[in-house]
Amino acid sequence: MKTTNIMIVGVGGQGTLLTSRILGGLALDAGYDVKLSEVHGMAQRGGSVVTYVRYGEKVAEPIIEEGMADIIIAFERLEALRYAHFLKKDGVLIANDQKIEPMPVLLGMADYPENVLENLAKKYTLFSVDAMQQAKQLGNSRVFNIIVLGLVAKHMKFSKEEWYKVIEKTVPPKTVEINKKAFDAGYQL
Amino acid sequence: MKTELLMGNEAIALGAIRAGVNVVCGYPGTPSTEVLETIAKRRDSDIYVEWSVNEKVAMEVAAGASYTGARALVTMKQVGLNVASDPLMSLAYIGVKGGMVVLVADDPGPISSQTEQDTRHFARFAHLPVFDPSTPEEAYTMIGEAFDLSEKYGTPVIFRPTTQVCHACASVEIDDKRYVNKIEGFVKDSKWVIFPKLSYQNHLKINALEEKISKDFAKSSYNQITGSGSKGVVASGISYTFVKEALLGAAAKVKVLKLATPHPFPDELALEFLEGLDEVLVAEELDPVIEENLLRLCGKAGLKVKITGKLTGDMPVAGKHSYEVVAAALEKTLGLQSAIAVSPGEAPPLPVRPPVLCAGCPHRASFYSVKQALKQTKYKAVFTGDIGCYTLGNAQPLDMVDTCLCMGAGITIAQGLKIAEPNSKHIAFIGDSTFFHTGIPGIINAVYNENDITVIILDNSTTAMTGHQPHPGTGKTMMGNITEKISIEKVLKGCNVGYVVKANPLKLAEAVNAVAKAVDYKGVSAVIFESPCIALFKGSDIQEVKENCVGCQTCICELGCPAMSIQGGKVTIDQNLCNGCKLCVQVCPVQAIGGHEA
Repeated sequence: MKTTNIMIVGVGGQGTLLTSRILGGLALDAGYDVKLSEVHGMAQRGGSVVTYVRYGEKVAEPIIEEGMADIIIAFERLEALRYAHFLKKDGVLIANDQKIEPMPVLLGMADYPENVLENLAKKYTLFSVDAMQQAKQLGNSRVFNIIVLGLVAKHMKFSKEEWYKVIEKTVPPKTVEINKKAFDAGYQL
Repeated sequence: MKTELLMGNEAIALGAIRAGVNVVCGYPGTPSTEVLETIAKRRDSDIYVEWSVNEKVAMEVAAGASYTGARALVTMKQVGLNVASDPLMSLAYIGVKGGMVVLVADDPGPISSQTEQDTRHFARFAHLPVFDPSTPEEAYTMIGEAFDLSEKYGTPVIFRPTTQVCHACASVEIDDKRYVNKIEGFVKDSKWVIFPKLSYQNHLKINALEEKISKDFAKSSYNQITGSGSKGVVASGISYTFVKEALLGAAAKVKVLKLATPHPFPDELALEFLEGLDEVLVAEELDPVIEENLLRLCGKAGLKVKITGKLTGDMPVAGKHSYEVVAAALEKTLGLQSAIAVSPGEAPPLPVRPPVLCAGCPHRASFYSVKQALKQTKYKAVFTGDIGCYTLGNAQPLDMVDTCLCMGAGITIAQGLKIAEPNSKHIAFIGDSTFFHTGIPGIINAVYNENDITVIILDNSTTAMTGHQPHPGTGKTMMGNITEKISIEKVLKGCNVGYVVKANPLKLAEAVNAVAKAVDYKGVSAVIFESPCIALFKGSDIQEVKENCVGCQTCICELGCPAMSIQGGKVTIDQNLCNGCKLCVQVCPVQAIGGHEA
């Protein structure tokens, strides 16, 4: 089996680490060799962050290069645009339709690009969701990333039970139910 | 046996527990921090763990434990070893009894460091063996080998993972074995006391030891020769995994030496590898340590092999390696086509997203109040910064960090500036953990030498940047014990700082007033800004922008809070991000920001 390459991009604090741990756990439980690469330290303070998940029969190294990603999970529009060129030709981009302005934009020193998702859809296979809106409807805005993950699940070959199992193992015990609900919400899209 | 998804640092930690480590000390620093944290989390009750006040202290505590026969681990990042280099250099001469491993994490392409220094040089400088793992799986067992080697030769051993190994996660097979180390206790002997005569003898001894270990390393199972042909690649650390990936399915014949022990260099193994080769590419991050050793060997043995790498300009001399970098070098120098060709897409020019102080971070308020206080004076002011989250105070719009050098240097750089330009004001910022780390000697120096600086202590009750570790001021230890908090105020007063005042940075008027008075004071003065890190103590008084907002954007432009933005032409506070610090409320000229109406 060839190696599957997934990138998770977003803004420090959006839960990219948790998401990569869920994906890694999922592949591990299914018996694959798994490699992840995470970002710790300063970039976690609201900076642009990227984590990699790779799984397959045997994976040598954890980093994904430009043009190699099967799936990119983007938690923010600008970050989707920043990393979309890492996708393979037939790769899938799954984006949370949320705008978080970086400081240079807030201070008027740079412009946030217009029509980001519309333009990305012209070039790539794109699925998007306003997960923050959905999360608020569920009553917990923090689970937006699991809603996105539910949408991602539709493009991966794992059963819903396998996803549930890894979510139960990975998220804090008190939040298992709400996270499963969030996953369902994304899965139903 | 079971398989677990482990981060490199977690694998190292579990490997150290498996190897029977008894005492673990360290100081937090990316990318090393999770090693000690994981041991603390998963240890048996007979393993002792502490965050020490700094790396020098940690090294010495670990050395003392090792003198008894205990197995000791000390952890730090690469710049931490600069702080701990004094005990390390002498310890290399004195030696140890129980296995002692010095874990130093290097940070190529630095994600969170002041330098790209290469700890393998330190190993060579100190005449100490060093291990360089390529993957979390390998690190899990290799750390045990490091303990064994240390005990076998009575020498400290350096274990040096890099960022892409520390923070990579992999499926690792772990077992429940645990080596039980018997601690004999300290036995008095003149060998523990360093004297010039002993140093000369020990210098001879450690040189001889290097030769022995070089021979051991030549047989180490972590070093391997694979493949054949007239072209060769030597690779270490994460670079080896890139070579492996690039050569997967590559048609051409190539001989590969995976090298996990760069010092003492395994000459015998390298000579065996070089036999029959015309050309060799060296793939190693940071400095050309292996490359220089190969050149030395070629010279010594009169071999005619072309060695390419950093010294020939074929490999980057700075930054981290990637598959792309390694694959390109393999193609350029050895003409080896990689199986997976990287097809770089077009990276669009986009606004950057630098890290920022969190919404509600008390450091923002501290910086802002100092800025306001100094605006009220006629003085030119220089703001010296230090290492921590608050280094981010350098960014616009705060722009309050003019210098940052190394841990503790804010206080001392300010003194030098003051001596050379006495008519300006010099304000040093330092965090609570950094204050205990290396801030105190600078304070004493300033008082003793009658300098005239103001020190702003940003006390947020934690070591925030590295993930919220306890420190002497928090009243908690890594063993989970509650201890008496060391009072920064009492320390300052005990050091005869003439003017010490505490203030809440989130109360702007009070904070500005406190700074103004401290800056006015002739001599060393200090303001302790006390307010806990919002990542640990979230406020609940979430703010919103009211109808009477005039859209002047003073709040956004003055404070640079990531919770504030313009949405549909109106200033808006993101209700998910706001932590209710209310600094914006105090800055708004028309009182248009407030809490939710009941």
